Amino acid sequence: MTVTSSIRDLLAEHPFFAGLPDADLDLIAGCGRNVHFHPGQLVFAEGEAADAFFVLRRGRVALSVHGPQSDEITIATVTDGDVLGWSWLFPPYRWHFDAHATAETSAVALDGACLRDKCDEDAALGYRLMQRFARLTQQRLQETRLQLLDLYGREHHGHRIVEH
Amino acid sequence: MVIASSSTEEVTTRGPMVPVPYRVVAQRTELVDTQTLVIEAVGEALPHAAPGQFSMLWAFGIGEVPISHSRVHGARGAAEHTVRAVGATTRALCALAEGDVIGVRGPFGRGWDLPVAEGGDVVVVAGGLGLAPVRPVVEAILARRERFERVAVLVGARSPDDLLFADDLSAWRARFDVEVEVTVDHARAGWHGDVGVVTSMIPRVPIDPRSATAFVCGPEIMMRFAAAALVDRGFARQRIQVSLERNMVCAVGHCGHCQLGPTFVCREGPVYTVAALGSLLDVRSL
Repeated sequence: MTVTSSIRDLLAEHPFFAGLPDADLDLIAGCGRNVHFHPGQLVFAEGEAADAFFVLRRGRVALSVHGPQSDEITIATVTDGDVLGWSWLFPPYRWHFDAHATAETSAVALDGACLRDKCDEDAALGYRLMQRFARLTQQRLQETRLQLLDLYGREHHGHRIVEH
Repeated sequence: MVIASSSTEEVTTRGPMVPVPYRVVAQRTELVDTQTLVIEAVGEALPHAAPGQFSMLWAFGIGEVPISHSRVHGARGAAEHTVRAVGATTRALCALAEGDVIGVRGPFGRGWDLPVAEGGDVVVVAGGLGLAPVRPVVEAILARRERFERVAVLVGARSPDDLLFADDLSAWRARFDVEVEVTVDHARAGWHGDVGVVTSMIPRVPIDPRSATAFVCGPEIMMRFAAAALVDRGFARQRIQVSLERNMVCAVGHCGHCQLGPTFVCREGPVYTVAALGSLLDVRSL
C-alpha cells in the first residue's frame, strides 16, 4: 500500500513549523505543492522572481554566486529540515543567488504571493510566521559571520601550534 | 630520575626537559602547507602517547614546538605528528626528509577520556587542523566499535582543498557504522557536499544527547560555538570534551606560558570538559 502524505502533514512534521497551531498549518498548506529536483537541476536563479520558498524534506541545495571569472562559488547549502529562500518576503521579490540541487531533493514549495495575502488577512499568522523567519535569519547571519572569520585560515594556526 | 606526569605513564627516565633523538621514517604531504611526520626512536624510546596528548618536537638549531599526536602507534617508539608550517620551527619540521633526526620530549598532558563515552553515542567535531588530535579518538573507537552506540564525525574545513586526511574520511564513510559529515566554508563548482559552518550540523546529527559524549577540537572560537550548540542539543557539559591550544613551552607546568586561569594547559589539559572549564573560555585575553 502506498501512503501519500498531505502537504499539511509534511509541513506539520517539519521543524520550521513546529509548534504552529493547526489552523495556521491548514492555511499555509493551501499555498503548498510538492516539488522534486534532480542533482544539478536549477531551483531558482539570481534575478528571477522570488515567488516561493522551499521547505526541504530531504536532499541538498547549494546557494551559489558567480565569481569575477564566472567561477561559481557555493556560499551555503541547505539540507533536510531546512528552509530555502526568504526573498519572497520583501520587494522587489527577486532571488539574490542561484540555487541548484546537489542531491535528489524533495521539498514543499509554498507560493509567496498566496502566503503574503494570508498573512495580510490574518496578522497573528503573519506574526508567527515572521517569528520563524526572524529566527532563521538570525541563525544564518551568525553562521555567515563565523564563515567570514575564516577560522581555519593561516592566521589561526589550527591546533597545538602556537609559534610566531 | 623518574618523573610522573598527569598521564598514567612515566614521561622519561632522562627527565622531561631532555629531548630524545627520533628519526623521520616517513613523511606525507597532507596539504600545501601541512606535512605528517612518522618518527621512530633512534635509541631509547619515549612512552607511546594516549589519544589527545602532545609532544614537543625540536628542530635542532631552530626551536621547539608542541604538536599533537595525529596517530597513536601501538609499537613503542613510533609516533606520528601532523604539522602546519606557520613559523620558523614548523617550516623546518615540514621541510624534513626521511632519515633526518629531530629531538622529541613527551608525551605530555591529559588526553581524551574515551572510557567515559563507552555505552553511549559519540559525536566528534573537528575543524581545520583540529582533525589531527581527534583522529586517534576516531581510530580508537573504530577499533572497539562494539563498545559504542551511534558514532558521528563532523568535520569542517576552509575549502575542499583544505580537507585533512581525506583518505581516512573516505575509509570511515565506507564502513557504514559511522556517520561522517564534512562541510566547508566555501567551495567552487564540483563540490557536492555541504557548505557552511561545522556547528550547523550539530542540531541534525542523529544521536541521543542524553547518552552521548562529544570530542571537539579546532580553533577556539569554533569550539566555543560548538560547545554552545551541543549544550543546546541537550549534551551534559561534563560530556563535552575540548582540546585547547595554548603556548606550551616547558610542557611540564613550570614556565606558566600556557596558564589559563587556575590551570596549566600543558599539564591539566590540553583536553578538558566544558564543565571543568566553566566560563574560562569566555574570558577575554585569558
